[in-house]
Amino acid sequence: MIDLSGISKSYQMGQHRVHALREINLQIQPGEFVAIQGSSGSGKSTLLNVLGILDTPDTGSYTLDGHAIENLSTADAARYRNRFIGFVFQSFNLIHHKSALDNVALPLYYQRVARKQRNLKALEYLEHVGLKDRADHKPSELSGGQSQRVAIARALITQPALLLADEPTGALDTSTSEQIMNLFHEVNAQGMTVVLVTHEPDIAAQAHRSIVLRDGDIVSDRTRDAARHNISDHDSDPVNHS
Amino acid sequence: MIDQLAEIGDSLRTHKTRTALAILTVAWGIFMLVLLLGAGRGIQNGVELQFKDDAVNSIRIYQGKTTIAHNGLARGRSIQYSNADYDQVQAKVPHVDKLTARYYVGDNRVSYGGQQAAFDIRGVHPDHLYLEKTIITAGRYINELDLIERRKVCVIGLQVVDRLFAEVSPLGKLIELGGTVCQVIGVFTDEGSRSEEETVYMPVSTTQLMFAEPQRLHMLMYTVGDASYQQSKDSEQQVRSLLAETHNFAVEDKRAARIYNNLDEYKKITDLFFWVRVFVAVVGVGTVLTGILAVSNIMVISVNERRREIGIRKAIGATPGSITRLIVLESVILTTIAGYIGLLASLGLLELLKATVPENEYMYQPDVNTFVVVSVTVLVIASGTLAGYLPARRAARINPVEALQPS
Ligand SMILES: Nc1ncnc2c1ncn2[C@@H]1O[C@H](COP(=O)(O)OP(=O)(O)OP(=O)(O)O)[C@@H](O)[C@H]1O
Ligand SMILES: [Mg+2]
Repeated sequence: MIDLSGISKSYQMGQHRVHALREINLQIQPGEFVAIQGSSGSGKSTLLNVLGILDTPDTGSYTLDGHAIENLSTADAARYRNRFIGFVFQSFNLIHHKSALDNVALPLYYQRVARKQRNLKALEYLEHVGLKDRADHKPSELSGGQSQRVAIARALITQPALLLADEPTGALDTSTSEQIMNLFHEVNAQGMTVVLVTHEPDIAAQAHRSIVLRDGDIVSDRTRDAARHNISDHDSDPVNHS
Repeated sequence: MIDQLAEIGDSLRTHKTRTALAILTVAWGIFMLVLLLGAGRGIQNGVELQFKDDAVNSIRIYQGKTTIAHNGLARGRSIQYSNADYDQVQAKVPHVDKLTARYYVGDNRVSYGGQQAAFDIRGVHPDHLYLEKTIITAGRYINELDLIERRKVCVIGLQVVDRLFAEVSPLGKLIELGGTVCQVIGVFTDEGSRSEEETVYMPVSTTQLMFAEPQRLHMLMYTVGDASYQQSKDSEQQVRSLLAETHNFAVEDKRAARIYNNLDEYKKITDLFFWVRVFVAVVGVGTVLTGILAVSNIMVISVNERRREIGIRKAIGATPGSITRLIVLESVILTTIAGYIGLLASLGLLELLKATVPENEYMYQPDVNTFVVVSVTVLVIASGTLAGYLPARRAARINPVEALQPS
């Protein structure tokens, strides 16, 4: 599904360079549920943005679903994002002057789906996240948990192969976080690959695989063996993990 | 497309003040532009109205006195035209189209049935009709046969009819003038001036006979057809040398034969209108540029305010092209709405002016034609595109990662 090799990204901050990602090698199989952890500034968001083709790395190669992603035109990148990838953000990122329904339907607008059809589908996805009755509400009239569920409905409406979430529960209380995580588990169970950034250990513990970043390096990559309930450790050799 | 419009309507509604401001700026620019064009057209119509009195391309030749001694003849000699001059102009001068002479009758008393009044009485050739832009309202004008047979016939203006004929139709009636009687064969009007309608026209040969001056003419006038300005100047020069030779005066003696080329006046006016148009164009382009800048500025602000929205759109799959189109179309719709508001307002004001201000020669029928409407449409769409393009490019280049950074 995902194959990163030698991905680096750095920023010039005044005098010195900040290395957000250093020579990252990472493979993710279809259907995996991966949590990315690490302290603030360790490069989690940068990695997720590279995965989501929102950001381009300085070096390295990225293959998504068999397609080489480097040197993609911005228009092609937009089409890949639209078809393959769903995004969920910590701050929801809903368009504030549009209703919940219009927000959810927007990705289909960029697929040139007719208005009637996409509104119907958006309603279906809103129902799925339990917010059918809030379809006409503006984001300002929704609670944090509701907003995030709308954002998830928007991410899912194109039925992407890959769902990327950057601290989706960071702004939510425990019980709402629970609801959100349940939605992620549900789509993952249907075969969608999920990568989520979090610094909450109990959230990360729900993933099948947990990657820890420190200063732009992968310092830990553990897979929980669902069958035997034990955890295999890739710490010693993260580069060659597959 | 419908979807796109709905998207834009949405965005315009969300930012009402900004939208209203942009619309106001452009509407004002278009309003001023159309008003200027309308006023310019009105002034031009006024001037052209004044030219309606006579044929635009006419050359008038009056007789005068010499001011330069020539071939042993002293200065101060009166030049007098004759039938020979008429014949020579007809035969030798290039670009002569319609040609007539005038014989002015000194005794201007005209009477009918006990009524008497004073009018200009002129002996003319048939072509005089075209040169004076005389419009026959009843009967006919003087023709060749009248001329050859020296008929005692006359064509009278509407003012003459008013004054002499109370209720009866003047056609066929005999009026008295210059010690003889002549029959009214036609009645005319003249759009150019009312005083022109206080005139009695007769065949030039008849008037010459009446006053026993069978060869005498007082002035000549002719048109140059569709000759260019330069050709008409050449023609004028030919007449001058011809007359100088016949009447033995110096060619450079402008006062011996006073020649007026109407095209000179016309050219002065058209030159003036060229500059009026340049002025209107400069002011118009200025106001429209201001409008473009204002809209462009507003679109830049709009794009900055919507950075996050644009970032979101890009993250969920909006191509840079679709963002560009969104912003450009928004700008075009904005300027188009504004443009038509300005256009309607200015057309309304022009109509109001036409309805309330009495007709005068300085501003006659200020009007705006379809061409202006079409031009304004093209103009607002073009300027909307122009105003939106740079902000749109800027929006398309917004980096979604930065735009989505939690604030
Ligand atoms: N646009 C940028 N300009 C300069 N430096 C940046 C930029 N974006 C990220 N960085 C730097 O790169 C490093 C990694 O940033 P990143 O956002 O990936 O961290 P993170 O792990 O997501 O942190 P957090 O948990 O706080 O969200 C940080 O040191 C950050 O300061
Ligand atoms: Mg982050």
